[in-house]
Amino acid sequence: MYDAMMAETIRFTGHGGDLIEGYLARPLGPGPSGGVVVIHHMPGYDAETKEITRTFAVHGYLALCPNLYYREAPGASPDDAAAAVRAQGGVPDEQLVGDVGGAAACLRAMPASNGKVGVIGYCSGGRQSFLAAASLPLDAAVDCYGAFVVGTPPEGVPLKVGPIVHLASDLSCPLLGLFGDDDQHPSPEQVAELDKALTEAGKEHEFHSYAGAGHAFFAVNRPAYRPEAAMDGWAKIWDFYGRYLAG
Amino acid sequence: MCTYLTENVDVEGSGKGTAGWFALSQATVYFDHPQHAQAEHTLNIDFLNPQDGPAARVAVELTAQSARALAAAIESALAAAPPGLI
Repeated sequence: MYDAMMAETIRFTGHGGDLIEGYLARPLGPGPSGGVVVIHHMPGYDAETKEITRTFAVHGYLALCPNLYYREAPGASPDDAAAAVRAQGGVPDEQLVGDVGGAAACLRAMPASNGKVGVIGYCSGGRQSFLAAASLPLDAAVDCYGAFVVGTPPEGVPLKVGPIVHLASDLSCPLLGLFGDDDQHPSPEQVAELDKALTEAGKEHEFHSYAGAGHAFFAVNRPAYRPEAAMDGWAKIWDFYGRYLAG
Repeated sequence: MCTYLTENVDVEGSGKGTAGWFALSQATVYFDHPQHAQAEHTLNIDFLNPQDGPAARVAVELTAQSARALAAAIESALAAAPPGLI
């Protein structure tokens, strides 16, 4: 099997017509391949998220991770960029949707694209994955432990996030949710509330929550990493995207 | 978890970053995932000068216990300063 792939930094048009940076990984075969927009976690557009992006290409997907902090911090190291954006209050929801929409359009325009695009996000990106799926025409969405889809951030938090569970009925595609039983953001109760909202809205979804895992269990470079949950989570992702994005 | 909690403080002083000393104008303080420290959550402080760009930053990530010890040490040092200096 021909398994060559390529990964590189590209520019594409994001929210408001802004040219922003993204990390593109793609198989070099002719396709047709599904696309995946990878939404990085709050600590930024870092080496580990780029590795995740390459993993999607290894599995046959065209994958693009937008640098959500590019406007505020072009060329900065990922941690400096994350700190700068945090100090400014985070990424506005409207801008996130525009950037993910731009990334999805970029993937669909590739010659090897099969026209299908999914989204996946981790941590704050989990909430943003849900938001994107409720705001854009997509084919599959994965929410990895996104906080504040359900539940309001504490009083006085300057970041521009609020609950978006009311958007459940707007979801454009099936949703896979991967959570940790020990997480408090989102808590098991909040995951159950989201599950209920999606069921009531008649939206196709599949939730898995892992015992012994908390927030960020996919993060291989952090103490939160839980190999068993992460390996099973990856298997769930391949199965889910295989059904909705492949071919 | 991503706490999203961030305290913003206006500060005056200087910090030494990768490109040498620079004037500080802002500090953000938050208890959240660290970038480097091997703990699930740490008390993080970014000393910043946004006018000089994102790289104008001095960052620390401290365990909760050491952050409290540091806060107490800062208060002690200020309290011990001879009268008239502050």
